[in-house]
Amino acid sequence: MTVRLTAHALQIANRLKPCDLTFEAGIVTMLVGPNGAGKTSLLHALAALPGSGGTVIADGDDIRTLSPVQRIRHLAFLGASRDVRWPLSARDFIALGVPGHPKPGLIDQVLQSLEAEVLADRHLNQLSTGERSRVMIARALVSQSAALLLDEPIANLDPKWQLAILARLRAEADNGAAVILSIHDLDLARHHGDRVILIDKGQIIADGAPSETLSEPMIAKIFGVTRHADRWIRV
Amino acid sequence: MSKSLFIGFCLLVLILVAASIIVPLQSLPALIESDPDLAWTVISELRLPRALLALVYGAVLGASGAAIQALFANPLASPDITGATGGAALGAVVMAYLIGFASPFGIAIGGMAGAGIALGLLLMLAGPRAETATLLLAGIAISAITGAGTALALALAPSPFAFYDAYDWLMGSLVDRSLAQLAFAAIPALAAILYLAKCAPALDRLALGEDVAESMGYKIGPMRRNIIAATAIGVGASVSVCGAIGFIGLVGPVLARRLSGGHPGRAILPAALIGAILLLSADIAVRFAPPDRSLPIGVLTAILGAPFFLSLVARMRWSARP
Repeated sequence: MTVRLTAHALQIANRLKPCDLTFEAGIVTMLVGPNGAGKTSLLHALAALPGSGGTVIADGDDIRTLSPVQRIRHLAFLGASRDVRWPLSARDFIALGVPGHPKPGLIDQVLQSLEAEVLADRHLNQLSTGERSRVMIARALVSQSAALLLDEPIANLDPKWQLAILARLRAEADNGAAVILSIHDLDLARHHGDRVILIDKGQIIADGAPSETLSEPMIAKIFGVTRHADRWIRV
Repeated sequence: MSKSLFIGFCLLVLILVAASIIVPLQSLPALIESDPDLAWTVISELRLPRALLALVYGAVLGASGAAIQALFANPLASPDITGATGGAALGAVVMAYLIGFASPFGIAIGGMAGAGIALGLLLMLAGPRAETATLLLAGIAISAITGAGTALALALAPSPFAFYDAYDWLMGSLVDRSLAQLAFAAIPALAAILYLAKCAPALDRLALGEDVAESMGYKIGPMRRNIIAATAIGVGASVSVCGAIGFIGLVGPVLARRLSGGHPGRAILPAALIGAILLLSADIAVRFAPPDRSLPIGVLTAILGAPFFLSLVARMRWSARP
């Protein structure tokens, strides 16, 4: 298996306890945990954002030492915010996902794969939160990075688009990317993830196949809910 | 902005510099005929510094306006609205009239420090990504403090003529500045413009969100401090020589973005060109004031710029954002 990212002593003061992780090509990893557990912090630390500690190695290089042009080959990051910082058109926004200019036709191709061609020339501040999510995901995909770090990419989306995005991310993994995303829907995490990392209070509690990590007793312990008939109820 | 438009604007700047040197036309040919040496002195020591001051001051206002608008993610954040020009004026006045260090160098240092303190204060008050209301309120507060501070400094100045002495400068003036003063404004301005232009790719990526830009390897924290410093140095030095001239740093970037696809960072160099064009044009226009009357250039830019500012505010109120 090709390793896409290796993280040593990853940590953020008061939010994420030190951990070592490795992410391989072709694997979709789901980060799950209660609100405030540290999923976003783990993604921030993997993206080597300021304030995080530890080293993130991609293809033998420490991410922090790389220029934007080199770094984008290794990782693309989607933050949790869907706020519009500057009212660009969707096409211009997506084009900024790479340093320099994206390959001709690539933006249309990515938008098409997300069934979002109609959004291309609309301004971000005129889109709904769900539409903006898809444009922001397109921005992360346009860089064709070896690892995708996505903070709740399917939040704000209706069930159809949740499944469409998860299918699209699976296609990225099949093409050799390591896909790492945080997610709240435990059923979707179980069915669409190859690996689930369970986080609570800034610490990794379990890491492995979904069937092991998301066992009934573990879910009851960490989330305080249990499956009853076909729905979740509080323990 | 397309390459041809960019070149067209560069040519327009050159034409305006030439126009600024020869306007008003009536006086120059007669002078060249009667006293060529004096004519050359007028051109090289009066008209040329004036034209070049308008060029660099307009350009640094445009570029720094575009950069701080991109930084604060707010199209209303210009050097004057944020209180930076007011801070520079206060710094220069304190240096010249209270501390008594009235050399061009001392005044320039005062201007830079004043602008830097005002921008630092704004960042502390409004935060790195200011809502329009917060930004405007913080800017108003800083402008009020610097305005009152400048008046107080002049009132407390040992010279009883400080107010009269400083009036022309406070209203903004490019007249009768020396080549040395030009150098004190131009060198910091050009350095600031070069640095800000270098930040364009990172400022464009900042539109994706600070965390995303940082994940791409753009170092936003240090860049924010450096942009504040570059604006303080560039604008502060120009204010120390020519006084506070408003609205160019607001209008220039907005027009530049209209012509460059709306990107916040990519608009920096076009905004510098448009700022230069606006200030050169304004400085040519004030020469057509009625005889025996002088129209301060800062007053003209405010008369033209304030309605533009109001229309921007109105548009932000009625739609989402311009």
